[in-house]
Amino acid sequence: MTGAALTAARAGLVSCEACQLLSRPASASAPGYCRRCGEKLEYRRHASIETTWALVVAAAICYIPANALPVFTTTTLGEEEPDTILSGVAFLYTSGSWPLALIVLVASVMIPLGKLVALVYLLVTVQRGSIANNRERTRLYRIVEIIGRWSMLDVFVAAFTVALVQLQPLTSVAPGAGVLFFAAVVVMTMLAAESFDPRLIWDASNPRQAGHG
Amino acid sequence: MNAHVETSSIACPDCDLLQHMPPLPRGTKARCVRCGHVLASRPPGPRDLSLALALAAAITFVIANVSPLMDLSAVGRTASTTIAGGAYQMWVEGEPIVSVLIAFCAVIAPGAYLLFMLILLFAAQRSPPPHWAGEMLRWTHHFEMWSMLEVMMLGILVALIKIAEVASVEAGIGLYAVGALILLIPAVMVTFDARELWARVEWVGGATSRQAPGGVPVAESRR
Repeated sequence: MTGAALTAARAGLVSCEACQLLSRPASASAPGYCRRCGEKLEYRRHASIETTWALVVAAAICYIPANALPVFTTTTLGEEEPDTILSGVAFLYTSGSWPLALIVLVASVMIPLGKLVALVYLLVTVQRGSIANNRERTRLYRIVEIIGRWSMLDVFVAAFTVALVQLQPLTSVAPGAGVLFFAAVVVMTMLAAESFDPRLIWDASNPRQAGHG
Repeated sequence: MNAHVETSSIACPDCDLLQHMPPLPRGTKARCVRCGHVLASRPPGPRDLSLALALAAAITFVIANVSPLMDLSAVGRTASTTIAGGAYQMWVEGEPIVSVLIAFCAVIAPGAYLLFMLILLFAAQRSPPPHWAGEMLRWTHHFEMWSMLEVMMLGILVALIKIAEVASVEAGIGLYAVGALILLIPAVMVTFDARELWARVEWVGGATSRQAPGGVPVAESRR
């Protein structure tokens, strides 16, 4: 792999993120909009590193109350029992359905944490100008982008448990504050993956290239 | 005014490497030579296949949303819920933001995706396609990302197993419809040839007057 690979940015071209049409903008500082589909054109996603860091930090903070606070509270004959994400996993495990416990554990704990760690790793290596393992880092980014949606699982579990178990006065389930924080973690990590620009991974190998916006 | 470049050149969305895109035979993919990202894939089936699948998916989507997902009964009392019911109860119980998010991921995004795909696929029958097809296709990709029916399906199954401890639950027609949808929607996605439609979308100063590629290098990307 030579360091002088010809990228679109180096050739003065900008690729539309929606339809992949290549344009040669009249002005490099304000590329304008794609003429085929109307998407805003950018050599690199705007303020990619800063936006991704902000969302990653915010998601990491929200991850604490998401796990500490109950996602829902079951009331059975006046007796309240709060359920957090981890106690939900423990319940599934003890009730004998360990495959489901594993699925929920992966989707609700390992995927959000793994995404945060992966994004921090990508951000730090890009900021340090690393040129090692570009292909692997790009693949890691793609995995983060694809699996992120699965952490919505627990939000759906809470929603449908709440919707169905409404047998007042016998038993009922109400959502807890944890579900809001957990939903925030999922949405913010998804947006963080969207705002990170994988092309920055490769830009360090092209040192004389025009800077990103 | 921006000048456009020959459409057979493409920059990898993941690493920005400029490459020449050869015409792809049906059922093949082109990968980036540098990072391995799938630059383009040409579905094997005929163009009308995705239209047929999208129609089937749209009908199934309506059934999934109007029929109960499941019925619950415990000591003589019964309850049932629909997809919208899942979002509605969250709103009632004081979590409006989560409620809107669920409604968006489970109803609005997949619904809008299917509606836009149907309009696009009917519009694509015309040659050239209408001028708004490009703008619409761009929006369709955004809805695609937030449509989470498969995640919802797994979430419902987990909820069902949890509830089965305290009450008897029975899957409704809606749940079977969701099961069919999570196969139909990906089928629409993989049979739809977005690149072929993009190539036919006409735009101001495009398509009709092709300009010479401005020093764009050629790198074979087929694998």
